[in-house]
Amino acid sequence: MPIIEILFYLFSGVLVLSALSVITVGNPIHAALFLILSFFSAACIWMLLQAEFLAITLVLVYVGAVMVLFLFVVMMLDVHVASVREGFARYLPAGVLVALAMAVQLFLVIWTRGMETMPMPAGEGDEYSHTSMIGELLYSEYLYAFEIAAVVLLVAIIAAIALTHRRRPETKHQDPARQVRVKRDERLRVVKMKSEGEEA
Amino acid sequence: MIDQLLTLIWTMTKIMIIILPVTIAVAYYTYFERKVLGYMHSRRGPNRVGPLGLLQPFADVFKMLFKELIVPTNANKFLFLLAPLLSLAPALAAWAVVPFDDWLVLADVDAGLLLILALTSMGVYGILLGGWASNSKYALIGGLRAAAQTVSYEIAMGFALVGVIVLAGTLNLTAIVEAQSGNIFTWYWLPLLPLFVIYFVSGVAETNRAPFDVAEGESEIVAGFHVEYSGAGFAVFFLAEYANMILISALASLLFMGGWLSPFSGIPVVGDTFLGEGGVHWFLLKTAVFCFLFLWFRATFPRYRYDQIMRLGWKVFIPITIVWIMVAGVFRVMGWFGG
Repeated sequence: MPIIEILFYLFSGVLVLSALSVITVGNPIHAALFLILSFFSAACIWMLLQAEFLAITLVLVYVGAVMVLFLFVVMMLDVHVASVREGFARYLPAGVLVALAMAVQLFLVIWTRGMETMPMPAGEGDEYSHTSMIGELLYSEYLYAFEIAAVVLLVAIIAAIALTHRRRPETKHQDPARQVRVKRDERLRVVKMKSEGEEA
Repeated sequence: MIDQLLTLIWTMTKIMIIILPVTIAVAYYTYFERKVLGYMHSRRGPNRVGPLGLLQPFADVFKMLFKELIVPTNANKFLFLLAPLLSLAPALAAWAVVPFDDWLVLADVDAGLLLILALTSMGVYGILLGGWASNSKYALIGGLRAAAQTVSYEIAMGFALVGVIVLAGTLNLTAIVEAQSGNIFTWYWLPLLPLFVIYFVSGVAETNRAPFDVAEGESEIVAGFHVEYSGAGFAVFFLAEYANMILISALASLLFMGGWLSPFSGIPVVGDTFLGEGGVHWFLLKTAVFCFLFLWFRATFPRYRYDQIMRLGWKVFIPITIVWIMVAGVFRVMGWFGG
């Protein structure tokens, strides 16, 4: 299957290069775009493994929603690259320490599992539906884990709103229901007065 | 190797067979829009180029292509030129999984609906990046508005599709249409009426069309995200917008209006004649009706204010869809509609 192998190396090459570019390019918008490119290449590699549900979900959630909001925020920020670089020397020791700790952790994880060469998984045929297989597994065997993950996400959503939401009395808040229900008497006052010409 | 090359060439041919009519449809959709708006305003619309003005779209295309493409000072040139293509590519790629008839589909994939959701959600990058790369305040504001609006309405749109998935029990578009077969009242517009309305309105919002066209908002921000584009770049943005509108119309007719199924099937006398047979013509007719709705909306409704758009998306549509997904679940369990 030469074409699949060519595509695999193409997508992996793009994935590695774009992932490296995320941390090397100066412009934060370009970094976010490279991150999107790396998500997309990863999705393409999953697609080559016939994991179409996971691949499409990765694109739908991360490329289609999360990164749009990410870009949105980054575009609003006014990042001065020079001023960010000022503290480079001061934060270097802490940064190196964190990087070392992460490298050691990664090394330990890979070491216990071992680096093996995996054979290309065999295709399951045209009638095999990954989507319904994943659905059946999630809602039967892994039901509790799945539901707990959902509850954790719900808590995170509510917490994010509760932490950032504040009442701001100075904003001119509109209540559409009140606007619709408004009556003539609340807005209009008919004043009886003499016309100016009569007095003269 | 030769086999794979042949498959590739054959697939490319099939892609061209789909893309060319879509592109021509887009060209004549612009003509149709100007005619419909014209008659709704008691005007005649374009009628100078060719008989009845039928060559007007081609005149427009050639005019656009021969105009100078101006790149603004200090604009990010690569992204500026890439952005129109980023908005057009997903709009055309999504047609790969659209079934025109029960045998006429390029890729009859298992997760077709999910693929379409993913592709349509990527269309916003073209607008967002075009707005940012233009190095212009108006374009940036237009791009940000488009991004916020698309992300908000995508949730309602996705939830509306969840209702369809619950009733049909599959993500395959061909199977979804087949699950609706019966008569006009077993199509999903009836059991999923709120979701149907929300889907189409969200589709209008997602394509940044009137009354949700604040991303362009010519009265406030000139032309929004494409204010700096001229010539071919502007033409490609234009093409992408209309291709997306046709795609949304096609999806609405597939998911809620029975796709290629005939509205007369299942009716005693008429249903037994040729009218009762499904076919591509029914699908195209239904799509054309939805395309007309886009133009009708544009000629009828005033533009929403930005905070009203956000309120409608988050506080009205999303709660309704969540409730109706549960109702659809009840339908499914009771076996009232399909399943």
